[in-house]
Parts: sequence; C-alpha cells; structure tokens
Amino acid sequence: MIQQILFLITLGTAIYFIRNRIMRIRSTIKLGKAIVINDRSDERLRNLLLVAFGQKKMFKRPVPAILHFFIYAGFLIINIEVLEFVIDGIVGTHRIFAPYLGTFYNVLMNGFEFLAVTVMLACVIMLVRRNLLKIKRFWSAEMTLWPRLDANIILITEIVLMMAILTMNASDQLLQQRSVEHYTGTGPLLFSGVIAPVLMDLDTSALIGVERAAWWFHIVGILAFAVYITYSKHLHIFLAFPNTYFAKLEPKGHMENMPVVTNEVRMMLGMAAGSSEPPPTPGRFGAKDINDLSWNHLLAAYSCTECGRCTSECPANITGKKLSPRKIMMDTRDRMEEVGASLAKNGSGLNDGKSLLGSYITKEEINACTSCNACFEACPVMINPMEIILELRRYIAMEESGSPVAWNSMFQNIETNFAPWKFSPADRFNWANEIKK
Amino acid sequence: MPEAQFPVPTMAELKAKSETPEVLFWVGCAGSFDDRYKRVTRAFVRILNAAKIRFAVLGTEETCTGDPARRAGNEFLFQMQALNNIQVLNGYGVNKIVTACPHCFNTLKNEYPELGGKYEVVHHSTFLQQLIAAGRIKIEGGSFRGKKITYHDSCYLGRANNIYEAPRSVLEALDSDLVEMKRCRTTGLCCGAGGAQMFKEPEKGKKDVNVERTEEALATGATTIAVACPFCMTMMSDGIKHKNRESDIVVRDLAELIAEAQG
Repeated sequence: MIQQILFLITLGTAIYFIRNRIMRIRSTIKLGKAIVINDRSDERLRNLLLVAFGQKKMFKRPVPAILHFFIYAGFLIINIEVLEFVIDGIVGTHRIFAPYLGTFYNVLMNGFEFLAVTVMLACVIMLVRRNLLKIKRFWSAEMTLWPRLDANIILITEIVLMMAILTMNASDQLLQQRSVEHYTGTGPLLFSGVIAPVLMDLDTSALIGVERAAWWFHIVGILAFAVYITYSKHLHIFLAFPNTYFAKLEPKGHMENMPVVTNEVRMMLGMAAGSSEPPPTPGRFGAKDINDLSWNHLLAAYSCTECGRCTSECPANITGKKLSPRKIMMDTRDRMEEVGASLAKNGSGLNDGKSLLGSYITKEEINACTSCNACFEACPVMINPMEIILELRRYIAMEESGSPVAWNSMFQNIETNFAPWKFSPADRFNWANEIKK
Repeated sequence: MPEAQFPVPTMAELKAKSETPEVLFWVGCAGSFDDRYKRVTRAFVRILNAAKIRFAVLGTEETCTGDPARRAGNEFLFQMQALNNIQVLNGYGVNKIVTACPHCFNTLKNEYPELGGKYEVVHHSTFLQQLIAAGRIKIEGGSFRGKKITYHDSCYLGRANNIYEAPRSVLEALDSDLVEMKRCRTTGLCCGAGGAQMFKEPEKGKKDVNVERTEEALATGATTIAVACPFCMTMMSDGIKHKNRESDIVVRDLAELIAEAQG
C-alpha cells in the first residue's frame, strides 16, 4: 500500500513536470508565424511513416543507422513493459500481464531482454564513437560542453536503465525458484539468467530488496528521463514524427514565396492586384528573430537531435567557413528557450534587446550558404536549415540593406541592366552574331 | 575557324510571321554574356538546328529570372524581374521552355507558377536525353569511346529537382567511360557558386569550395569534367586552373560534348 501511494506521488510529479514542459514548448513554437499546413495529407503521412517511423533516411549511413535502429526498436517495444510497470505500480500487482499471456509472456520477456542487451551494446558503441573515436561531426565548433554532455547523459542513462531491467529479472527469477509469494512464474529468461548466479548467495529478503530497488530504479529512472528529454536534444524521439509530417513537399529548389511583396510589386508595375484579398502585412520582411519564422521552422528546431549530418555535408563548413547548418538549428532552439523562459516569468521575452540574428547567428555564417540543399537532404528527420538562413538573408537585404557590397552591386546590375553582371542589355543577343544566318 | 551558320529566330520575328515555336530556348544571363558559356549556347543552338526543332529565343527581350536576387534576400527585385518576365512570356503565349541553366530552370519551373507564369520547363540535359532517345540526334561514336568522363551534379538540377539520371544517360550515349566522384547524386558536393555565391567573394575559410570539388574530380582520373550549369562551368574551370591542370583536363558542358560528337 505504501509502495502504491509512493508510486502515485512519483507518477503524478513526473506528469506535472512533463505537462508544464509540453505547455512551454507548445507556446514557444506558437511564437512563430501562424501559417497553415493542411495540404497533401497522404504524402505527408507517407513521409511520417517512411522517414520517421521507417527511419528511411538514417540508412544512408548504415553503421549509425543499425546502432540507432536497435535503440529505436528497444524504445518502441520496451514501452509495453513500462505500461505493465505503471499498472503494477498503481494497482499493487506484480507482472499483471503474466497470467493473461501464459507462455507468450515468457517469449515477450525474453524479447525485451534481447532488446535491452542490444540497446546497451549500441549505446556503448555510440559512446565509443563519440568519446574515443571522436568522430568529427560530434566535435565541431558548436558541439560545446553542454551538447556533448547531453549526448553522453542520454547514452549512459539508457545503459543504466537497461541494466536495471536485467537485474530486476535476475532477482525475480531466483525468487520464483524459491517459490516466494507474489513472484509469478515467467519461465526461464535467457539474458538475465546469465547474471542471476551473481545474486545466488543473497538471502530471500535481500533478494526481494534487490528486486524492488531495481524495479523502482527503472520506473523512476524512466519518468525522470522523460522529464529530462523535454530539456534535451533527445526530444526528437517524439517531434521527429510531426516534423516529417509538416516537412516541405515542394521540390527542394523552391523558395517560399512572399505574397505581400507580390502585391506591392504589382502595384509598382501598375498591374492589377493578383489575389482577391491582400495578405496581411508582415511586421518585418524576412526574419530577425524567432517570431519572424514560421511555427514549422520552430518545431524543426526542437526536433533536431544535433547529429550533425547536415554540417558534415555542408560545402561551406567542409571548407572551413563559419556556417554550420546544425548550429543554425541549435541557435534557433536556444533563442526559443530563452524567450520562452523569460515570458514564463513575465519577463521582456522577445523585447530583451537580443535577437536570433545578431545575438546568436552572424551575417558571416549565413552569407556563406550556397543554397545547395545538402543539409536538408542529409537530415534524417527532414529539417531544412536553409529556409531559416534564407529568411535571415531576406531581413538583411530588405530591412537593413546590409547585404555584402558585391551583392548590392549585383542587385544594382539586375535593376539597371537586367543581368547580374554589368553588361548592356542591348548586347544580350550578341552571342548569336557569329552564327546567325 | 568560323562557326557554321544557323537561323536563330526570336519570338518577335516569329510573331511577325504569325508563327509559334515548339519551344522557347531561355538562354540565361551567363549563356548570353559569359564568353565561356556563350560557346555552350551556340553548341545547343547547333544541336537544336540539327534536330530540326522549331525553337526561338527572346533575344534582347530576355532578362534575369531574378534567382540570384532572391537567394541573396532581395525578394522585391526578384519579383520585379519575375513579373516582368512572366508578362513577356505570357504575351507570346509561351508553353514550353528549355534552358541550359539549372538556376533559370529551377526558378522558371518552381517559382514562376505561383506568380502567374505556368509553363512546361525542361532543362537541356533532359531535352538532350529525349532527343537522343527519340533518335533525333545522331551521334558519331568513336571520339569518346572509352574516354574517362566524370559528371559534376549541379545542386539546382540534382537535389533541388531530382534530375540525376538525364545528364548521365546523355554521357553514356557518347559511349564514354563514365566515372563517379565519391560524392555524387544526392550527396554531390556543390561547386561553391549557388545561392548567389557566384557574385561575391567567399567567406573566410581554409579552402575554396571549387578547389575541394576539383580535387575530388581529379581523383577519379577522368580527363573530362562534364557539367550542366554555367556556374559549375566557371567554378570547375577555375579549379582546374588553380590546380595547373589546364593542359590535360577539360571542363565541358553536355551540349558541347554532344555537338562535338555530331561531328
């Protein structure tokens, strides 16, 4: 009974914190411009199923894809066991599914144990890749102390949680063998069976202690991890799904149109306004801060797990320029968290004198983008850093006239000569002089 | 040697004769003004004539699509260009456009429709592939047989528009030995000129993008680097110069290679 009350308090606390974080994340994403994305739902669902659920893009790099797949499969399936934990915790039962599933329960438990072992193995290899092999994309400039620590905390937590499951099952099996009350038969469990002999010498009450401790450690660990995730890059385990659903469907070369500009240009050219109703005037042309971006860009920032595939394929980054598409997403998220925290305390929020462009992202970074789409192509969850970069460039060009000097002359050439170079428009057809009959 | 003479009709000339062409050849600024790419323009016109395509160009009525302005952030200038061009194109009742510039191609195909310019837009790599497949271009094999050629994917054809195979099948029609760079197709490395980089100096770094890409192309052992974009042409040619390999490596557009194979 005491355990049940303690469990309910633990569960309630976790739900309280998670709920608060979800509300915060939601309201921060809603700071973005309220565009509507409700077209082509079948294609969107296809992306969600293939890319997020099916991990299609991960498999462009097979080694991390396989390691990641073990953890992903483990996460999806072991959650069934977490459900049993929660019901047991509330009702005060032990392995409530066992009597209903009969021998299948044994198959299920062995399956879980197999997954637990593969998860641990994958996490260990990933730790080695990050910290010993020092794979380049995990050590670039924006991978400062916190992003590196965040990754390691996630991997170590997952290993420890899996160890708790195996320890619990090992002690549980010994208790079954000693016919201790409550300990329902699970049948032989292969993986925890290997470590059971270590606990063999403990007396029954100590063994119950180990089993209970492991049970509590696992469930409290999972709940604490769930809260932690909302502060971490690990949020991708949930947001990858909506992010792929809302990802861009047009050809990658297409750049988002600005209808408000179309209307102004039409008036300047003396043409009739295109659409029936004028679109609302934006506060700014392009983006200076997070509220100038659309909500789907902000959702993308929360979905980024900082894997760095984008940066490792970016031609500017490869050749030593400051631009890193991953940093664009990390900066966007950091700015969102900053504004969100400030607003929650009734602070100045967006009016704190800072902005995404300037305080986080510099012109030098975004000017280096070749708009080659390698970052968008590389992202396993279809994040498009280029869209943010181009929105920032729009702000610089149209609100600040602060583009590089060479670009300003290019603009001038187009305006006066209708070509980006300084050639007379009258000479445009001269290429044919030598061949024209 | 003076180049052969062909008719290069303009839309205005055809309109005066109440004729409409099958396809408008959109030359682009580089194709009109850049000395190197003018050769590609002429090669393509030669192919169009040989294949008996009824085409026309806009001549001096053509203006920049606005792509570099848009990528550099100047949406006003882009839309000025776009709306003016659309007015001209719609005025002539243009249905189909072919262009040798992937940037023009992308803008005309993907960005003009929502501004009122709806056309069937084809890049010259796809157009050439179709002409070859239909037997409208006769290639005198031999000169390219077994020659190592590597194809550099233009970002605005490849990732931007999923055109990976058309340029390759054009090269295969030459009976050449097509060798791939390590980074190709979806992971092809940019030449460094996209996103209006063509029109400014690169930011500080440890290397220029075109040098990185040229080194990769040289590593294939190919003696010809095939491109399908005026900016890639400039960047790869500069890279070859930088590496002092002008004597043994050539950079050619697909149209030039086909025109050459036509004898």
